[in-house]
Amino acid sequence: MSDVKIVGFVCRLCALISSDLGPPADVDIKIETVELPCAGKVDGRLLLEAFERGADAVFVAGCPEHECMNVKGSSRARKRLEHIKEILDQVGVGGERLIMYNVSGTHGPRFAHIARDMAGLLEKLGPSPLKARKA
Amino acid sequence: MIVAEIKPIEEIAESIKGAKKVLVAGCGGCVTVCLSGGQKETDILASALRMKMQVDGQPVQIETATYERQCDPEYVARFKEHLKDVDVVVSMACGVGVQFMAENYPNIIFVPGQNTKFAGAATEHGIWEERCMLCGECVLAKTGGVCPIIRCSKSLLNGPCGGSQGGKCEISKDTPCGWQLIYDRLKGQNRLELMTEILPAKDWSKNRDGGPRKIVREDVRL
Ligand code: SF4
Ligand code: SF4
Repeated sequence: MSDVKIVGFVCRLCALISSDLGPPADVDIKIETVELPCAGKVDGRLLLEAFERGADAVFVAGCPEHECMNVKGSSRARKRLEHIKEILDQVGVGGERLIMYNVSGTHGPRFAHIARDMAGLLEKLGPSPLKARKA
Repeated sequence: MIVAEIKPIEEIAESIKGAKKVLVAGCGGCVTVCLSGGQKETDILASALRMKMQVDGQPVQIETATYERQCDPEYVARFKEHLKDVDVVVSMACGVGVQFMAENYPNIIFVPGQNTKFAGAATEHGIWEERCMLCGECVLAKTGGVCPIIRCSKSLLNGPCGGSQGGKCEISKDTPCGWQLIYDRLKGQNRLELMTEILPAKDWSKNRDGGPRKIVREDVRL
């Protein structure tokens, strides 16, 4: 699984802090993180570009919605993800490859959970259909 | 503004089938304001189309360009440099922009990326509502600034009809009765006497009966 590419757009006010620990030792995946000032800064173009550039799965990690440091950043991110998931479904990449996580800054193990979750997801879904086509 | 809505990606993909190079052309005017065809949406559509064509095993080169408008010659001219070797342009403007571009570049195939819906206003961020049907002879002076042609589901000039109940139109409980809105507005302005004035049948020849409409302003012509 080590050749899979996972890109995470990570809010620097919460999830980035807990991502310091990185994926746990038993999870053999690399996660490329992109730091955002707020999950609400995530943009449909960024998410699609990540897939175009070879990501097999993409996640966005922001504060829990009721504790978002920018009040509505996390919920806006979730709504944008919903829209982009629809597009991914329409183009045949599959919206299930895009996931939103809500992470509190004081909860380090949560990032390990995300890494395990993403690894499991990719085991189930396999590489991005874009890659399959290229091969 | 003119309000439009992006077409299903499947449909757009179908219309560019077989092309080697495609330009997705955005419009910086109305459709940017209604968040459906400006630079951002143009980039998103281009990305989605590239992925779709690749997954379908028909990869195609897709680029983007966005200028202020597609309904004015000076901006339309700017697209020229992006059209080299392009087989199909997906225009993200309203139907006016698509046609005007096609008129200016007759050798290139233009297809619409959007369904052009109506002339409307953003009543909230993320909500657009129709306000005018471009009828050619505006009656707003007589109706308290509420358009009976578009806000009354039956376009009645003298209303309300028998279906108005509790301020709602009979077509749905979510649709305000246009004539109730007119009544409320006029009442608030102490101008209810306008309700007793019978509006004569409209001169629809000013709408579409005379074929495509045209306005000429000699004072600003060059
Ligand atoms: S081309 Fe259409 S959408 Fe663009 S500015 Fe003109 S009227 Fe508005
Ligand atoms: S009366 Fe005609 S021009 Fe005036 S707002 Fe209604 S549809 Fe538009």
